[in-house]
Amino acid sequence: MVPVRQRLDARHLLCPLPVIRVQDRIGRMAHGEQLEVLCTDPGAASDVPAWCRINGHRVLGIRERDGELVILIEVGGGKR
Amino acid sequence: MLNTMSEQRKALALISGGLDSMLAARVVMEQGIHVEGVNFYTGFCVEGHTHAIRKRDRSRPKRNNALWVAEQLGIRLHFVDVTEQYKGVVINPRYGYGANLNPCLDCKCFMVGKAVEWIEAHGFDFIITGEVVGQRPMSQRRDTMRTVARESGADDRLLRPLCAKNLPPTLPEREGWVDRERLYGFSGRSRKPQMALAERFGLSDYAQPAGGCCFLTDEAYSRKLADLWQARGSREYELDDIMLLKVGRHLRPRPHFKLIIGREEGENNFLQGFRHRFVQLRTVSHPGPLALIDGETGEEDRELAARITARFSSGRNAQQVELRLEEPQGAQRLLRVAPMSAEEVLPEWYL
Ligand code: SF4
Repeated sequence: MVPVRQRLDARHLLCPLPVIRVQDRIGRMAHGEQLEVLCTDPGAASDVPAWCRINGHRVLGIRERDGELVILIEVGGGKR
Repeated sequence: MLNTMSEQRKALALISGGLDSMLAARVVMEQGIHVEGVNFYTGFCVEGHTHAIRKRDRSRPKRNNALWVAEQLGIRLHFVDVTEQYKGVVINPRYGYGANLNPCLDCKCFMVGKAVEWIEAHGFDFIITGEVVGQRPMSQRRDTMRTVARESGADDRLLRPLCAKNLPPTLPEREGWVDRERLYGFSGRSRKPQMALAERFGLSDYAQPAGGCCFLTDEAYSRKLADLWQARGSREYELDDIMLLKVGRHLRPRPHFKLIIGREEGENNFLQGFRHRFVQLRTVSHPGPLALIDGETGEEDRELAARITARFSSGRNAQQVELRLEEPQGAQRLLRVAPMSAEEVLPEWYL
């Protein structure tokens, strides 16, 4: 089954705002769903994964596309 | 024995990203309390912003210190966006400002008050902060410690593990959830006890912010904010406004408008993101900055703005520099101007 994937546009936001937006969105998502985050602040490449690690979510990949960061997250189950 | 046979008590630690709040959380964790962290985003937080914008700063490793602290401690961290409500604190602080536009005492009352709302909503028992009596002139005196506890509504649910021994016992101490004897009695401005404690816990590489935890303690920043309020005739701001105060050169050549001029490519890119709100100028005949015009401007003002912007381009010594002016709605046209000389750009224009 293809997992449900949502998108979040966090471009032009400065850290920690991208993390805050990710936190708020994931709070409304279910375990196993995926969130694709678009951001432009290079700091998000370290902050979003750090936030995911401490909150039990998994970063499936980070890539750069046209100067923008695309971070793919799988929502964890336990801690909310 | 503490905390055995009884339900595990839970505490919410205010995590700024600095050493003191990290130690405070760690001290309480050591006593078997379940600790989670909270970080309030006010819009003025120093965290990363200018580093993220300016290209030359990008080579330095960048991290969000609050997240880093939480990860070191192995605790969860909740960010709470308080930008809207925080305006009331900055615009109209009951206890006034510190050396600059930092309303530290009101800010502490506000944040601990928000923490009270959080613990009540999440079934936590008490709140931890890294405050130390006498560490900062205004907000960390013994009497202001009482003010924070009272005004926030936390009362005796507010524990300051680093200086608890200098203060009356709080609820978690009286109930035996934490052992007062294993808390600390730090006071004053010396950082040595904190550093020793960090060493004991094996913590290193922690952030040591100079001054305060936010831009409001910064003199240059506060001056720009005061200017913004004066120019608008009211003490109000939007998140965009306070973000922009962190970026670029700010010059006010006329009372009714100012220019925000990018200092390098990273800043230019950042300013570009605001083009739908402001008239934007960009040099085209020569490499140069991007500038935003903040304020209502007529043709003469725009020419002045273009001449100033040209001054900061590599065409500063040319006879003429060509710039593209773009309206927020997108209409564009070219302007050809003589760059200002260094003497014409008056020092008092700089904010
Ligand atoms: S420095 Fe800023 S964030 Fe820290 S207490 Fe003062 S006003 Fe609040």
